[in-house]
Amino acid sequence: MKLTLHVWRQAGPSARGRFVRYDVPDGSPDMSFLELLDVLNQQLIARKEEPIAFDHDCREGICGACGMVINGRPHGPQRATTACQLHLRHFADGAEIWIEPWRARAFPIVKDLVVDRAAFDRIVQAGGFITARTGSAPEANSILVPKPAADLAMDAAACIGCGACVAACPNASAMLFVAAKVSHLGLLPQGQPERDARVMQLVAQMDAEGFGACSNHGECMAACPKEISIDFIARLNRDYIRGTFL
Amino acid sequence: MAQPLAVQPSATPSLARSLIGMKAIMATSGVILFLFVVGHLLGNLKVFQGPEHFNAYAEGLRTVGAPFLGRGQLLWVVRVVLLFALGAHIWAAIAVTRASWRARPIGYQRLESTHTTYAARTMRWGGVIILLYVIYHLLDFTFGRVNPSFIPGDAYHNVVASFRLWPVSAFYGVAMVVVGLHVYHGVWSALQTLGLHRAPTERWRRGAAGVIAAAIVAGYVAIPAAVLAGWLR
Ligand code: FES
Repeated sequence: MKLTLHVWRQAGPSARGRFVRYDVPDGSPDMSFLELLDVLNQQLIARKEEPIAFDHDCREGICGACGMVINGRPHGPQRATTACQLHLRHFADGAEIWIEPWRARAFPIVKDLVVDRAAFDRIVQAGGFITARTGSAPEANSILVPKPAADLAMDAAACIGCGACVAACPNASAMLFVAAKVSHLGLLPQGQPERDARVMQLVAQMDAEGFGACSNHGECMAACPKEISIDFIARLNRDYIRGTFL
Repeated sequence: MAQPLAVQPSATPSLARSLIGMKAIMATSGVILFLFVVGHLLGNLKVFQGPEHFNAYAEGLRTVGAPFLGRGQLLWVVRVVLLFALGAHIWAAIAVTRASWRARPIGYQRLESTHTTYAARTMRWGGVIILLYVIYHLLDFTFGRVNPSFIPGDAYHNVVASFRLWPVSAFYGVAMVVVGLHVYHGVWSALQTLGLHRAPTERWRRGAAGVIAAAIVAGYVAIPAAVLAGWLR
């Protein structure tokens, strides 16, 4: 496969970035998108050029490290698929592909396609956990969890924190991420004691990080590799209003 | 080590300071304005019953509540509530729009939308158009400044006189379509923003928003259309 890539190159956080065109003559339909960048980087290194920096870790779609906007779509055109799990067979031979980093004030660019997503970590640190005393595991049946609640909580907990929701949102809002974190604990009995405090603090941190405001476009849900529903955003709103008045 | 979570008074954002809170204010004020749009339409449709009925309705708006309330008192209460809701709606819209613009200082070379609707994408400029339209509308029928032959107290005459001019009717029609789009996204969005959402409502709330918006546009546009067609004279 022959592919033409236009990749965002930016030497550092405050450097000026630009798109650079690369021709990759030896792509294979079985390659993942990140392997394509690996192959290109080998060529760049052989030419003594700076390789393209991009984030990756598990390469099996579960860690949330990878992420780039491919032809105007976070993680590329394939539904429910991270960039690392996107294969070149979804592109036509001779395709022209534009690759950009996530763009949000809260996700400053570190280099090329790598952005700093520590804002998400700070949001989780603000309350995306339960304060459980550690010790021996309690008897499993001492806290009963209704099956529908467990299923819904698992749907929310599928979030891998990649940031595609922010990248896709016309407002650069982090509502889907925060909604997932608030919901997966708020749906379970273990999350109840701190439920109000959690939502207030996560939202306060979200605002402090400089994310935009949700205007219910639903682009986040369409871009989410884990297909997390914006129903959780309604749940977040409800919990926040509850936390404010009750 | 993680400390147990507690709501710290200083860390608690007030409704007017957090983005979710502003959205809740926008949704609540939007619901008030929406109820007005529906009520106003139901009243306006009395124009089809003829001048006596319509003018009696217009007069009735001023005398409703008598003898407990004085002339026009309830009307003014409603006007004040509406002005307050409009102010809150616009204030919240500006605040969240600015936050969103700030949140992405450098845009994409290319970002494709896959899920959003035309209605959702035109909320902001649509809102500006609606505001300009409302100002014109008040100058036309309430203050009579831009009405071709305003007669205080003869609402039926004023409506027909204005809508007989096709540019006025055309502008009104376009404005109503913008209102329809705004209501369509607004109704659905308000349910989401206020968290009034349970799995069963998900199936019908988009469709319901569409039907409501279409009915509002059809009802309002029927009046200038009937004037232009010569049915109302
Ligand atoms: S590298 Fe882990 S999800 Fe893509």
